[in-house]
Amino acid sequence: MKIIGEIGQYLLMIKGMLSRPESMKMYWKEFIHQCSDIGIGSLGIVMIISIFMGAVSTVQTAYQLVSPLIPKSSIAQIVRDTVILEFAPTLICIVLAGVVGSKIASELGNMRVSEQIDALEIMGINTKTYLVLPKILAALLVIPMLVVIAAVLGIWGGRLAGSMADIISNSTFDKGLLEGFLPYNVFFALVKAYTFAFLISSVPAYFGYYVQGGSLEIGRASTKAVVTSCILILFADYILAALLL
Amino acid sequence: MIEIRNIRKSFGDKTVIDGVSALMKPGQCNLIIGISGSGKTVLMKCMVGLFQPDSGEVLYDGKDFTNMKSDEKTDVRKEIGMLFQGSALFDSLTVEQNVMFPLNMFTNNSYRTNLKRVNEVLAKVNLQDTNKKFPAELSGGMKKRVGIARAIVLNPKYLFCDEPNSGLDPQTSMVIDRLIRDITEEYQITTVVNTHDMNSVMENGDYIIYMYEGRKEWEGNRKEIIFSKSQRLNDFIFASEFLKDAKDMRMLEETGKIANERDMTQLTDQDAPTLVPPPDEE
Repeated sequence: MKIIGEIGQYLLMIKGMLSRPESMKMYWKEFIHQCSDIGIGSLGIVMIISIFMGAVSTVQTAYQLVSPLIPKSSIAQIVRDTVILEFAPTLICIVLAGVVGSKIASELGNMRVSEQIDALEIMGINTKTYLVLPKILAALLVIPMLVVIAAVLGIWGGRLAGSMADIISNSTFDKGLLEGFLPYNVFFALVKAYTFAFLISSVPAYFGYYVQGGSLEIGRASTKAVVTSCILILFADYILAALLL
Repeated sequence: MIEIRNIRKSFGDKTVIDGVSALMKPGQCNLIIGISGSGKTVLMKCMVGLFQPDSGEVLYDGKDFTNMKSDEKTDVRKEIGMLFQGSALFDSLTVEQNVMFPLNMFTNNSYRTNLKRVNEVLAKVNLQDTNKKFPAELSGGMKKRVGIARAIVLNPKYLFCDEPNSGLDPQTSMVIDRLIRDITEEYQITTVVNTHDMNSVMENGDYIIYMYEGRKEWEGNRKEIIFSKSQRLNDFIFASEFLKDAKDMRMLEETGKIANERDMTQLTDQDAPTLVPPPDEE
């Protein structure tokens, strides 16, 4: 019963944030601030993870492809599709659920506990619109961009590792990348990225916005937000794969 | 003017506010006092709309705030300023940005015009030269003053202060009390203060309601509170022997039985309980 209540409260929060902004100028400022926070703030970790993710994919794929009948360019094909279909959208979004999700939950939780949200309410500001909506919109704009960057860097990392470890030459890798490429896979990856971006921003916002108590509860809400986001990302990943592939 | 009529509020089975009514006039400091857990904060949150009362009405200048539509409530809220117990300043913004926030949100003024207004209110609370400081760099008293500056920057008609003296030393408390009184009188604001600071009660209590277990146990002003016959109120206000002595002193001064502290020695303990309040000067 409690979970149904929580889902209801979450949906009411989403509905409640859809109202006319009091000042476009202030909302725009907040939106840009969130874009910078989520995008620039996560870029470093996304880059590092993507490059290593691609590199490891190449090395491990080559390790498993022992048959001389399979051309080496298949390694590039496998790395490309794995990175685009799964690693870039899902793995990166799970990492972002930790980085961005905990930040959103703790920021809103702290604002709730220190009565800053009440202060905004008393000023006549719709706090769901002002505090939650810009975060969700910023995530929807920036996270798919990060996923695209991750995919590109992942493939580049794979290519680099392949040539450095003398597994596959750059020209064979490039040839493999172009073989059997399905643009639909990129579309699928972006659908996943948008879905996960919404989950990464709205679920922690819910846990942070409705936190009650003190600093201990902020920590708990933050952990709960990350765990729930990760589970929902994996669940949505399966549903989307079943529906769209 | 704020009028509350028969406000009731429960959380689960527990009734926190039980039929409280009061009339709070402009230009005076209206105090809500009571022990911790007596319902002061909940009553204040019902008044400003952070809690929806189970029944009863809150009227701002005769308009029923409790049953207003969301848009109408927003209009009333623009006329409300509130100082929170922990100041509730936005951590990531400077003092100037904190105070300018309501102006940026609700006016289309230029930055220069807003800055002029910000400097005006910061001067009013004696906080010049702190524009670029962050809340973390301020003392408790300074944070409260920034909170007051932010609350009054839009010239509100109603000012709510939730325990403005909590965590402050007696001297800083007096500064905050005087500031609240000055602002109330100068701008003719209807000020509602939730406190259990006795100095505030004696200095600013133009109208006082004493809450006990969610009910209004007593109402009156700072002069009448000394002569109150309510045992619960007396136990709350004059909790220490020192304050009991101070109360006797004040009663004797009010009734003209003594002119100063030295005269106390000439009186017996039996004098105090028989005293009655002098006629109101107004």
